[in-house]
Amino acid sequence: MELTRRDAMGALAAAGVAVGAGVVADRFAGTEETVEFDEHALATTVAVGRAVYPSEVENVESFVRTYALSRSEGDEDYRTGMADAVAALDEYTQEWYDSDYVDLGSEAAETALYEMGVDVEEPDPEGVEAERVRFYLVNELLYALYTTETGGRLVGLENPQGFPGGTDSYQRAPGTNR
Amino acid sequence: MTANQSDGGVGDGRDRSASDRVDVCVVGAGPAGGLVADRLASAGQDVVVLEAGPRFDRADRIERVERDVRPSYHPHEVWDMGGERDAYTSSGDRGYPLNAARVKGVGGTTLHWQGMVFRLHEGDFDEHARAAGVDPWPIAYDDLRPYYASAEDEFGVAGTAGDNPFAPPREEPYPMPGFPPSYSDSLFAEACDALDVTMHTVPNARNSERRDGRSACQGWGTCKPVCPSGAKYDATVHVGRAEAEGARVVDHAPVQRLEHDRAGDAVTAAVYATPDGEEHRQEAREFVLAAGGVEIPRLLLLSATETYPRGLANSSNLVGKYFHDHLFAGMGGRFDEPTRQNHVGFLTSESHQFYDDVTDERGPFKLEFLNYAGPSPVELALGADSFGDDLLDELRGAYGNAIAMGGLAAQAPRKENYVSLDSSTTDDHGNPVPDVHWSLDDRTRATLRAANDRQREILAELGVDIQWTVGPENTGPAFHHMGTTKMSADPENGVVDPQLRTHDLSNLSIASSSTFTYGGALNPTLTIAALALKCADHVHERL
Ligand SMILES: Cc1cc2nc3c(=O)[nH]c(=O)nc-3n(C[C@H](O)[C@H](O)[C@H](O)COP(=O)(O)OP(=O)(O)OC[C@H]3O[C@@H](n4cnc5c(N)ncnc54)[C@H](O)[C@@H]3O)c2cc1C
Ligand code: SF4
Repeated sequence: MELTRRDAMGALAAAGVAVGAGVVADRFAGTEETVEFDEHALATTVAVGRAVYPSEVENVESFVRTYALSRSEGDEDYRTGMADAVAALDEYTQEWYDSDYVDLGSEAAETALYEMGVDVEEPDPEGVEAERVRFYLVNELLYALYTTETGGRLVGLENPQGFPGGTDSYQRAPGTNR
Repeated sequence: MTANQSDGGVGDGRDRSASDRVDVCVVGAGPAGGLVADRLASAGQDVVVLEAGPRFDRADRIERVERDVRPSYHPHEVWDMGGERDAYTSSGDRGYPLNAARVKGVGGTTLHWQGMVFRLHEGDFDEHARAAGVDPWPIAYDDLRPYYASAEDEFGVAGTAGDNPFAPPREEPYPMPGFPPSYSDSLFAEACDALDVTMHTVPNARNSERRDGRSACQGWGTCKPVCPSGAKYDATVHVGRAEAEGARVVDHAPVQRLEHDRAGDAVTAAVYATPDGEEHRQEAREFVLAAGGVEIPRLLLLSATETYPRGLANSSNLVGKYFHDHLFAGMGGRFDEPTRQNHVGFLTSESHQFYDDVTDERGPFKLEFLNYAGPSPVELALGADSFGDDLLDELRGAYGNAIAMGGLAAQAPRKENYVSLDSSTTDDHGNPVPDVHWSLDDRTRATLRAANDRQREILAELGVDIQWTVGPENTGPAFHHMGTTKMSADPENGVVDPQLRTHDLSNLSIASSSTFTYGGALNPTLTIAALALKCADHVHERL
């Protein structure tokens, strides 16, 4: 299933980020004039996205880049939190894999999250490393995905919580949810 | 701000010092206070509203949705409840989670509410109350009927008139077309047909179309506790209208106590505190308490004087007594086909068929057909301990087939259930906190069992694999705080008279579910609104 520009737009709206459709379009297409940004943090976030999103989701890079970039632009706390979570992740994978997270293969990228305890820790912006990774990276991206129409459709719910999908879908029978 | 003005330490530069004596001082900016203030300001009266909590920024609503959905936040954080300001005690057999049951701020608890609105049945005013062993209301359905119609217009209720054969009589259609039933309702319909159970739609204080500058419902599905679109009614609507009509609304201004004249005949001032610890006296000709069914009795008890040693307006000794709520009854499980839950956060069908079959053993109950049974995928994902494809498999396994019914059962009002002061604990201003003393009696348990019996019948007919039940043992309150300053024509038997004025003080009125003599089993806020409009009429007549 393909994540679209509209999904990115919606995910940002659901996170309360006001950003113009034109900017989102450019970001999604990767044609935006370079903005000053921590490329390593962004690439790591994309790698986390690949690890936590289901394999049938396409356009993860465009979606996560657009989302994370726009989300962190106006939000100092989020930007710092995200960079700090990326550092925590790298520290862990350096110790156990001799590598930055972003350079792990896809299998190791998922395994590393389990090994670090990100699966079982509570998401907490002020918690220990794994809790911060869960909050700023994993849950941020899961929230972004599963509040979009495409993310909802993966599960069979085209109008998920947090997505303003109108008042028709709840009336429709299964199989008519196009 | 001029020299003798002050923002009370909030830091926003808004003046929070008291106004010169006004016509009306309203305490609380929820729906009751908002409606009273709007009505009286529109009639040309000079109105000040004192509100304990803040003004919430409309732009923060999306962030509040996130606080609701993401597991990193405590549910109370959605509307900033909790802490010393909101400390309370819960001393009865049943714990009462008070801070899940209210919001403090401009808009009051309607910021969080679900928004289903019903008129009480005719029997609730009379036979149902008697059957529960309490006095009937001193007013009848017909006395409230025109006010109910105005309240529906004020809230903007979407409903389908005439499709609920059990509802009390009405002439007018609803202000907006109702929301059509859900797909999930259609599954229930077959089973209900077979059992001769009649389903009908649900009136919602929620825009089914654009109205009065507010958007139509956009299907965010997070109605309770936050509607980002503003389609769900909340009392910021009426507080805003009141302000546009010239009322002054002071936020961060919890009223600490009321003061009265020497003879004890009239209230002279509401004393409120601001965050800097300063106290201010707001004088007025008339006072209306609209601070909800727990804080109103608390404020009266906190206002004890030599003349009223048991608390203001408490000659009857009934302030705080007869606290009652509605109890949740529910049942659910899995169906062997998709049920399409969690698209929207509100209900579209109920059955009030058994409501009036009140007996010696049990009171009214209503049945609800839920549209949000089972977990929402995003919430599951955020709490899951798997990632990627495993996570998706888990979500697909958990979402899709859940189905459930809810319902509300009446609680018999009992003197032994009460709101009092707990002097061993104090709030951020040093006042004793409210103690909610709450328990369930046999009649209420029997009512819950009766609701469960019907739910079981319907779900079994449908072929649902029933996996959970909420009944007499594990029920919880619906957060409707009723009875604590009950209405009676007899000063010995109630705190307010049928005009919502306290028997003891000639210029003190109460607009709240606290005045309910008996609350039936229907969500109370339309009745609160109807009473608030009635109260405003009487205050207006006196001024
Ligand atoms: C989760 C939930 C769902 C609900 N769903 C429904 C529903 O579907 N249908 C329905 O009919 N009802 C529902 N309710 C109940 C409904 O919200 C209340 O009945 C309604 O808000 C009560 O209105 P009110 O104006 O009396 O009090 P509130 O809305 O509670 O407002 C009282 C205001 O007074 C202020 N205040 C308190 N003390 C003081 C003081 N000392 N000084 C100054 N200000 C003070 C408070 O801060 C608050 O803002 C629900 C409630 C909850 C919690
Ligand atoms: S579904 Fe609920 S939260 Fe969403 S727009 Fe409608 S009323 Fe508001």
